[in-house]
Amino acid sequence: MAADTITKLPLAKAINESLRKAMETDSKVLVMGEDVGKLGGVFRVTDGLQKDFGEDRVIDTPLAESGIVGTAIGLALRGYRPVVEIQFDGFVFPAYDQIVTQLAKMHARALGKVKLPVVIRIPYGGGIGAVEHHSESPEALFTHVAGLKVVSPSNSSDAYWMMQQAIESNDPVIYFEPKRRYWDKAEVDTSAIPSPLHRAKIARTGTDLTLAAYGPMVKTCLEAAQAAEEEGKSLEVVDLRSMSPIDFDTIQQSVEKTRRLVVVHEAPVFFGSGAEIAARITERCFYHLEAPVLRVGGFHAPYPPARLEEEYLPGLDRVLDSVDRALAY
Amino acid sequence: MTVESTAARDEARRSSGKRTSAKTATTAAASKSPAKKSPARSAAKTAGKTAGKTPAKPVSKSATKSAKAPARKTAARNAAATAPHRQDEPQLVQLLTPEGERLTHPEYEIDLSAEELRGLYRDMVLTRRFDAEATSLQRQGELGLWASLLGQEAAQIGSGRALREDDYVFPTYREHGVAWCRGVDPANLLGMFRGVNNGGWDPNTNNFQLYTIVIGSQALHATGYAMGVAKDGADAAVIAYFGDGASSQGDVAEAFTFSAVYNAPVVFFCQNNQWAISEPTEKQSRVPIYQRAQGFGFPGVRVDGNDVLACLAVTRAALAHARSGQGPMLVEAFTYRMGAHTTSDDPTRYRADDERASWESKDPILRVRRYLESEGLADEAFFAALEEESEQLGLSVREKIRTMPDPDTMAIFENIYADGHALVDEERAQFAAYMASFEDSAHQEVN
Repeated sequence: MAADTITKLPLAKAINESLRKAMETDSKVLVMGEDVGKLGGVFRVTDGLQKDFGEDRVIDTPLAESGIVGTAIGLALRGYRPVVEIQFDGFVFPAYDQIVTQLAKMHARALGKVKLPVVIRIPYGGGIGAVEHHSESPEALFTHVAGLKVVSPSNSSDAYWMMQQAIESNDPVIYFEPKRRYWDKAEVDTSAIPSPLHRAKIARTGTDLTLAAYGPMVKTCLEAAQAAEEEGKSLEVVDLRSMSPIDFDTIQQSVEKTRRLVVVHEAPVFFGSGAEIAARITERCFYHLEAPVLRVGGFHAPYPPARLEEEYLPGLDRVLDSVDRALAY
Repeated sequence: MTVESTAARDEARRSSGKRTSAKTATTAAASKSPAKKSPARSAAKTAGKTAGKTPAKPVSKSATKSAKAPARKTAARNAAATAPHRQDEPQLVQLLTPEGERLTHPEYEIDLSAEELRGLYRDMVLTRRFDAEATSLQRQGELGLWASLLGQEAAQIGSGRALREDDYVFPTYREHGVAWCRGVDPANLLGMFRGVNNGGWDPNTNNFQLYTIVIGSQALHATGYAMGVAKDGADAAVIAYFGDGASSQGDVAEAFTFSAVYNAPVVFFCQNNQWAISEPTEKQSRVPIYQRAQGFGFPGVRVDGNDVLACLAVTRAALAHARSGQGPMLVEAFTYRMGAHTTSDDPTRYRADDERASWESKDPILRVRRYLESEGLADEAFFAALEEESEQLGLSVREKIRTMPDPDTMAIFENIYADGHALVDEERAQFAAYMASFEDSAHQEVN
């Protein structure tokens, strides 16, 4: 590990560096989306890329999400590897048909004879005091679709490497970016050997209970574990990193040790990824569990106005409340 | 749509065909069009101008008024442009009348050898034969469904034969004639209708994308592909097929926007077959579909979709326009779906018999036969040989479909991902074990 390859980067900048690296490595990699060029994206994730790679590779598109994804599919069929930006989570739905009906299914439709290496970047989740449609967590609407892969990094290093791997993937990858963590800095080692894209990571080891989370909630869970430690409870935190596929083996190993599991995500709990994890872990770890798998997440309500989001979003206290409930069994 | 209005439209169209030849003389003389020598680029240019200029003004004006008092005012206004015609029925490019009379056109001309003409005729006959065979196979239970192209042979063969080998096609699910032109094995088209796959052919073998069932989506794929062609510096063109119904889809409008903004080398080929299942084109658009192109900033033209020569000439010009870096072009092939939407549809519930009958007289194949015969371009031996070839094609398609194997059960889990997926692996293994449990018990019972 050479020291000069380690830099401390905000998460957004780590993605930027990763895109830059991918574009340098492979001339077929394109970046496209609304305002990604001259402006560098509304979160500046693509800042400077158009200046260095030109308008032909960093494409400011018309304001039409279905058009962005639909043309990205055509470009992929021509041999390109488009990295598409959907400006905000709540803006992806005009493209939902293209993603679900075409992007996800075309490989199967062709019996494997075409590949769709398209990455769709979606800044997601709340916590930034935004207006409606700017704070949603729609990942379950994509994990439910065969043909898509769905990932979300929680820190700068994963953001960098998972973007490299998503672009290298021959399958379409929905890459959810935890927008409220864009400015969180962490070390990125650009010469490291990354773990596989769909492998979960133990973000903190513990013995009493497992917290499983991804994206923005990993930090919340780490803070909760820190607070719990002060109360004498040892929590393990699993950073899932990938929601399709999910690395159930890693969760299972953790739960067989801790015997308790709480799943945390911002997305509504009902029919969310926590439900899937609870069902599968209950099946896998039935005789190890000391408590039912509990879930912490959003309510079955539209994402609330910004003045209410602090109460709506799962925070440290709500996570610890469920931890206490699980430990009480 | 009433019978009367249909008849009126037909009359308008018939006269427009003749008008085409009449207009030819004046325009050609006036513009000194170099169409004949270099049809491609210049033809497209003029086409763009004409398409933009001629019909746009009167239509936009009459659009609001025409409902109440359409006839007199507009007719008077258009008197200069020859015979009276309805504003929403602009003239279409025609080179061969239903009677087999050859017309000329100032912007879209074509010079074909006898052999080429016979080739187009052969393509249409064989495509119709294949299509009829597939319809029969559906009736016999060999196919679950069939979407017949009956009546649209000229639109598909004319446009399909305009393509170069390196051009790329993005079809809907009815482009059997275009598939034929691309050299796709007809049996390949039947797989999805039989239910053994969802397409399955390699699009890159014949530059013919898989059939798209959710209509309109493919217009964007074509546009993206064309953007890639331009980035590669290649001079190929891309063609997107869709119908009058799909023209209402947002994806088609977005494809128009993207292709225009990026100057993508794509031709939008709309087969307006008058019916989107049960809904007439009036339910899709208030203006003739080709005129939509103008609002997006590229040329559009309406062609007689039952005239294979006109479809070939216009598509060639549109492809040349796209190749020359001038961006997209919209071709509206005005045709008619003679059959049902699919074998599951019952058109008697929504359209009158005499409408179909009126289109029968404009049959795309018959007019070419008349022309070939009257000009002495094909003899009886040719037609007899073609009849025999047609029978053979039917037989071979029948044979292929009847021997087409069902897919292996485990194919459910194949090709979902290119790089694999843990959940798919897990479910495949579980299902295989479940299926194997039946084999074990069967085995035990035998013993």
